Amino acid sequence: MSEATPPEVTPRSGGTTLVRAAVAAIEAATGRGPLEISDFRGTPCLRVDAHSVVAACQSLRDASALDFALLVDLTAVDWSGCRPGCEPRFDVIYQLMSLTRNERLFLAVGVPSDDPTVPSVIGLWHAAGFLEREVFDLMGIRFDGHPDLRRLVLPEDWQGHPLRKEYPLRGDDRP
Amino acid sequence: MGLEERIPPGIFLTTVERIVNWAREYSTWPLSMGLACCAIEMMATAAARTDLSRFGMEVFRPSPRQADLMIVAGRVSVKMAPVIRHLYDQMPEPKWVIAMGACASSGGVFDNYAIVQGVDHVVPVDVYVPACPPRPEMLMHGILQLHEQIRQSRLVQR
Repeated sequence: MSEATPPEVTPRSGGTTLVRAAVAAIEAATGRGPLEISDFRGTPCLRVDAHSVVAACQSLRDASALDFALLVDLTAVDWSGCRPGCEPRFDVIYQLMSLTRNERLFLAVGVPSDDPTVPSVIGLWHAAGFLEREVFDLMGIRFDGHPDLRRLVLPEDWQGHPLRKEYPLRGDDRP
Repeated sequence: MGLEERIPPGIFLTTVERIVNWAREYSTWPLSMGLACCAIEMMATAAARTDLSRFGMEVFRPSPRQADLMIVAGRVSVKMAPVIRHLYDQMPEPKWVIAMGACASSGGVFDNYAIVQGVDHVVPVDVYVPACPPRPEMLMHGILQLHEQIRQSRLVQR
């Protein structure tokens, strides 16, 4: 789906100009465009491969036409039972913001359940440090290159990753 | 008749137990420990309208070594539970615990893996004040119930 065309988006998100610039930046950095371009309530969402996420993020951060200097949030979704074949099971979502252009952008990365690993973007944004630890803690997704990938919000001796769909809501040690 | 008539004016008789309980009742210093939104109501309880200082309780102590009463104001996460137990163990005897709010009393709406289903799994609770959150009047009522307990308590038992 590398030939995906930018969708019509509301003017609030800077229109298709932003998406075109982002697609061009990702294409230049990774050799291919985004796998999928969608729109969520006026904010464009680009999907890229796990192995090209660092290059894509760097191009979005450094391209002067984009300048996504701020990593607002880094989170993950467990799509168990929602996708045909259930793979890739997880999405890691990067929410970027350009302070100089007042634009926002989502970057989505599919993560398979048999090897839930994504390269860390901590080299691009220090803010990714805690965010990646939180995703690791609650979803069990590993971030390659993270210098200190420990649990963040749960106790250190916790077993399992509670935001995964199969985790029992009331915990696994309560009747 | 009897002994009272023989002692000079300004002196009256009581039991050691009663006067010790009286002192404890009116100097129950709470540990300033707010865990969640109930802490706001706890602070309001200490403020002018209900005014805890009427009961010698306005001194919220930041150190468990100086506190007599632990008001568990909010939900207790599994990660926080050992900390609460640690603080409780650091408080000198005699000490009391009020479970303030639905969460501290029973887990409240948070029936999930992260929240201890009632702080009585961690520390012994003397008074429960379940509501979401309790108004200052309700906490005040709980505190008065605790005062009643303290007044009735036996020195040798505790």
